Amino acid sequence: MKGLSLIGLRKTFEKGTPNAKLALDDVSLEVAPGDFITVLGSNGAGKSTLFNAILGKFRLDRGRIILDGEDITRLPDHRRALNIGCLYQDPLRGTAPNMTIEENLALAYTRKASRSFFAVNRKDSAYFRELLRRLDLGLEDRMKTKMGLLSGGQRQAASLLMATIAEPKLLLLDEHTAALDPATAEKVLALTRRIIAERSITCLMITHNMQCALELGSRTIVMDSGRIVLDVAGQERAKLTVPQLLERFRENAGRDLATDRMLLG
Amino acid sequence: MNILSLLVSALGQGMIYAPMALGVFIAFRVLNTPDLTIDGSFVAGMCACAVVTIAGHPYLALLCGLAVGALAGLVTGLLQTRLRINPILSGILTMTGLYTINFMALGGQSNLYLQRAAVNSAGVETQVASDTLYKAFRAFMVSLTGNRRFDNNLSILIVTGLIVAAVAAVLAVFFFTRTGMAIRATGDNEEMVRSSSIDADRSRIQGIMLSNALVGLSGALLCEQQRYADLNFGSGMLVVGLASVIIGQVFFGQRGITLGIISAVAGSLVYRIILQVAYRVDMPSYAVKLLSAVIVVVALSIPLLRKRFAERRAEREEAEP
Repeated sequence: MKGLSLIGLRKTFEKGTPNAKLALDDVSLEVAPGDFITVLGSNGAGKSTLFNAILGKFRLDRGRIILDGEDITRLPDHRRALNIGCLYQDPLRGTAPNMTIEENLALAYTRKASRSFFAVNRKDSAYFRELLRRLDLGLEDRMKTKMGLLSGGQRQAASLLMATIAEPKLLLLDEHTAALDPATAEKVLALTRRIIAERSITCLMITHNMQCALELGSRTIVMDSGRIVLDVAGQERAKLTVPQLLERFRENAGRDLATDRMLLG
Repeated sequence: MNILSLLVSALGQGMIYAPMALGVFIAFRVLNTPDLTIDGSFVAGMCACAVVTIAGHPYLALLCGLAVGALAGLVTGLLQTRLRINPILSGILTMTGLYTINFMALGGQSNLYLQRAAVNSAGVETQVASDTLYKAFRAFMVSLTGNRRFDNNLSILIVTGLIVAAVAAVLAVFFFTRTGMAIRATGDNEEMVRSSSIDADRSRIQGIMLSNALVGLSGALLCEQQRYADLNFGSGMLVVGLASVIIGQVFFGQRGITLGIISAVAGSLVYRIILQVAYRVDMPSYAVKLLSAVIVVVALSIPLLRKRFAERRAEREEAEP
């Protein structure tokens, strides 16, 4: 089975205490290879928890995760990272500030690079330069610059490159443009679409922008209280408007989908 | 003693302590994690070296000091990563445990001289000094120069300087290999290392082992030079190392790994010169630790004081246009 299968994922945090919280409630999802799924949901709906479960940041109470036919449920996080790229809202999370752009890329490329004594070598550097040139941010001439000196948008673009440099089977984007100014966010998003299309990576993207969620990708899921309450794709999704999406959510979840961070436009 | 010979003696001491400063640099600046194992692994290196030197293997003894330090680092690393014990506590636990092991290594006494009992030609039992690296190298220098009174301190400086140069060169190269770069990145952004599919725990353990191996080597060198191992020699060693690293930064700044390595060595040399000067103005030797602590406190507080000062000045300028 190619693609990603989530089978009955369940996770309760602080089990057995008064603060116990059911964060994932039997979440099952079949993702076909090459699918680009946008994920919506209010704060605390379990979107990021779902990502962290896939990334292996904690042990599940129940359920299995199968990526490209391999059961990764019990693999430690760094082993899963061989085939999963991830990008967070905070541009600082994905890069090492005191190392150069080139070194950051080399480190991310360790997954697939041919063995070499020095981490940074001429052959890989030429490849990195080409990748950076295609970002169109002028970073290809600043490969010896420390990552910490770049702007948030530049760092996020570099992080995107690092997350996809080893051609992962799956890319997880957790509101990766939310902390950027609108113009930069637009640019990083365009970049994301291009890289995903070029490499046909299977992708899940969390967003708070409903319009964006319906326009981008091939399928949209909406989460609430640790469950997937709405899953639309194809023709049905193409015709869906934001008000209709809200209406469908109300029917399925029994309440309104809205937070102060939700963007209706 | 004239100025020059004082300088040579200070530089020799600085070189002996330089691997320790490098160890502190790796722990505090590269891995970004305070590690108190250092006080223990320094003594462990001394003790291992003393025992092996007395057994007649002064060169193997240095490697033993290195290995014992690495082993101490391995324990701390495992405590930090596998058992998720707070880094500072991990170091304290290893250091405390090491005290007993060091005590046992010294045969249940608090110090051990590098000598062994032998019967002389008159049939009387006496103590014979063990062969050491420094003894051998001085003999080599004497035969090389034909000067029977070749300065012992100069000989110490030369041979230790050669060792430190080799260690620093290997380190500088190592930090650009894949393993070395992963260690640097682990100190910089551990999460990013994990998401690059590198076992950050392993990198961290490797880094702590490397750091303490260097500290152990430093202890071993000192043991052979001063001809004894002392159980209580390690206390405050971390602060001495930190003072050296910070002094080095004053000269070279905080830029890049290679410069960091050079600056740690230079810091250790300057630190010993400062001490030598302090001794000349009759500072008692027990004041060393207070001096080290003060140097570290002053150096650490400078950035904050500078900021406050700038803020005050800005306030004043606002007040009187």
